[in-house]
Amino acid sequence: MAAASATLLKSSPILDKSEFVKGQSLRQPSVSIVRCHPNAPSALTVRASSYADELVKTAKTIASPGRGILAMDESNATCGKRLASIGLENTEANRQAYRTLLVSAPGLGDYISGAILFEETLYQSTTDGKKMVDVLVEQNIVPGIKVDKGLVPLPGSNNESWCQGLDGLSSRTAAYYQQGARFAKWRTVVSIPNGPTALAVKEAAWGLARYAAISQDSGLVPIVEPEILLDGEHGIDRTFEVAQKVWAEVFFYLAENNVQFEGILLKPSMVTPGAECKDKATPQQVADYTLKLLHSRIPPAVPGIMFLSGGQSEVEATLNLNAMNQSANPWHVSFSYARALQNTCLKTWGGRPENVKAAQDALLLRAKANSLAQLGKYTGDGESEEAKKGMFVKGYVY
Amino acid sequence: MSCFISKYADELVKNAAYIGTPGKGILAADESTGTIGKRLSSINVENVEENRRALRKPFVELMKESGVLPGIKVDKGTVELNGTNGETFTQGLDGLAQRCQKYYEAGARFAKWRSVLKIGAIEPTELAIQENANGLAMYAAICQQCGLVPIVEPEILVDGSHDIKKCAEVTERVLAACYKALNDHHVMLEGTLLKPNMVTPGSDSPKVAPEVIAEYTVRALQRTVPPAVPAVVFLSGGQSEEEATVNLNAMNKLQTKKPWSLSFSFGRALQQSTLKAWGGKAENVKKAQEAFLVRCKANSEATLGTYKGDAKLGEGAAESLHVKDYKY
Repeated sequence: MAAASATLLKSSPILDKSEFVKGQSLRQPSVSIVRCHPNAPSALTVRASSYADELVKTAKTIASPGRGILAMDESNATCGKRLASIGLENTEANRQAYRTLLVSAPGLGDYISGAILFEETLYQSTTDGKKMVDVLVEQNIVPGIKVDKGLVPLPGSNNESWCQGLDGLSSRTAAYYQQGARFAKWRTVVSIPNGPTALAVKEAAWGLARYAAISQDSGLVPIVEPEILLDGEHGIDRTFEVAQKVWAEVFFYLAENNVQFEGILLKPSMVTPGAECKDKATPQQVADYTLKLLHSRIPPAVPGIMFLSGGQSEVEATLNLNAMNQSANPWHVSFSYARALQNTCLKTWGGRPENVKAAQDALLLRAKANSLAQLGKYTGDGESEEAKKGMFVKGYVY
Repeated sequence: MSCFISKYADELVKNAAYIGTPGKGILAADESTGTIGKRLSSINVENVEENRRALRKPFVELMKESGVLPGIKVDKGTVELNGTNGETFTQGLDGLAQRCQKYYEAGARFAKWRSVLKIGAIEPTELAIQENANGLAMYAAICQQCGLVPIVEPEILVDGSHDIKKCAEVTERVLAACYKALNDHHVMLEGTLLKPNMVTPGSDSPKVAPEVIAEYTVRALQRTVPPAVPAVVFLSGGQSEEEATVNLNAMNKLQTKKPWSLSFSFGRALQQSTLKAWGGKAENVKKAQEAFLVRCKANSEATLGTYKGDAKLGEGAAESLHVKDYKY
């Protein structure tokens, strides 16, 4: 009786048929056995990055009680839009003047633990000739750096995007560390109206994981930001469903890439209805859904969750954050706001030197409000009308 | 239809099929400036643009006239994968769409991206396989959007003391991951080519007969490469010119299911004796071209399974071209 043979060859003088003999157990050394990380000295060490301790310390510092992140890393093009909205030209001098205003606000470090910079700003000086990074450090604010190279169309998807920036990232992050940055940021997006397709979610999560691993190797705490865009008519349940999937995939790939969870920060979008949804949600509802998501998907090893505002008004963003901090959480739940911290400040400044102090006061007002929200103590007294204006822009390009 | 149909779909299918025409194959002449320098220094020729041009002279129009499709290397080399023991991933995705569009305008019709994996105690790791497969799939999807047929190249280095069974196991696992990724990225397989390693024992292991290499290689492909792929163009990976030809020939002689053409995309294994014959001297050009055509013809016959092993062996034709941990 001929032995069962899995070979498809009509005659196989070479391949030994005894490989496929019935009943033989197929015990062979397999390449796919799950193994410990090759360089980890013990089971308690996730990875032997030379920056492991520093990363944990930096992440904890940023995730300190009563404080959050000022996102001021608008690309030159986006900063141009901000300046244009107050009638200013998009020149390096104007960008420098604006960023000087922000980083020099007295006492900013009481409420702000980290500031994300665009590359130009990281290497820039203030209008007084001091390095931007030095001013921040003096203010007790950790400098961070945007490292992605923006969104481009994702072929094979449903008109979705993916985030570029991995080429040469290792050397770039090392250089940024030399310049004084201690954390990094990479923003990718997921669009609910476009699906999202499995491909887009996978690409977003995988890119984040690769960026996070490379950043940690260079001593930068990676902020992991898969922004689920506000655009769309979908309800809050749909947002929740998509967020569950996105975060599951992100953490799976972070683990595959041996990323040290104690040395990362997250920058999620809150779980809200889509911007064009008929049903609005109260801060309490947003808090309930968002906390439910976090509890089901985010390991407690992660020290800080710094929410993005994504087009909410300044006050909305603060109220929602406050609602999430009414009871203790396993991670520091805070903010990483750009527009929701800068909007009134920018408009108050209007490009005039005589308005700098008033503008800085406006910034500090928002920073303090969000600081209180982080502690769950925000009351909403004395908020201006400007601060309540929504800042949602359809199809927002950051 | 699960794959994405780019506006270049028909052209991609036509070009991929043309490259895989029985009797034809690819000359890989895309050595980086650094690598071509090593070739030139081996015959004591200086690595300056003049000499590089003199050796290759591939003007796009000249090629087209002879019915040779121009292709372009688009990756930006390998970088170490953090946390692994020397495994790598390939860079080059940033701005790739714009670059491919420019290459298409300049006359290129196919592209190439080399991913590298190695066999070791625990290698290739799942991370290395996933990262490389994903990179290949992204590159392939972008190329097709820009009218370039992507050659998918997951090279598993021959370095090591493993046997042919281990190589087969790893090759099958890697190719399966690649085709899964290509599917996830909705790449149109009819408009792609595969450039794999042949399945062989490691470089530190005893050699086996060409027929053995042929059987293991073809079986690995049967298990992992969908028939939609028009052609498999093997890399030579350090085999000598003659070895590579004889192995390819053995594969094409095998009586078994082979829905794709089995051909070649050789660099070293097509150029070695040509390089030696030229020696950098203008008066040797004709002799060098003759040596080159000898290898081309031999490989052409090998794609038809008719090579008799009787090619006039130029100097260096039987020389192993293996370089440990080869960086291309």
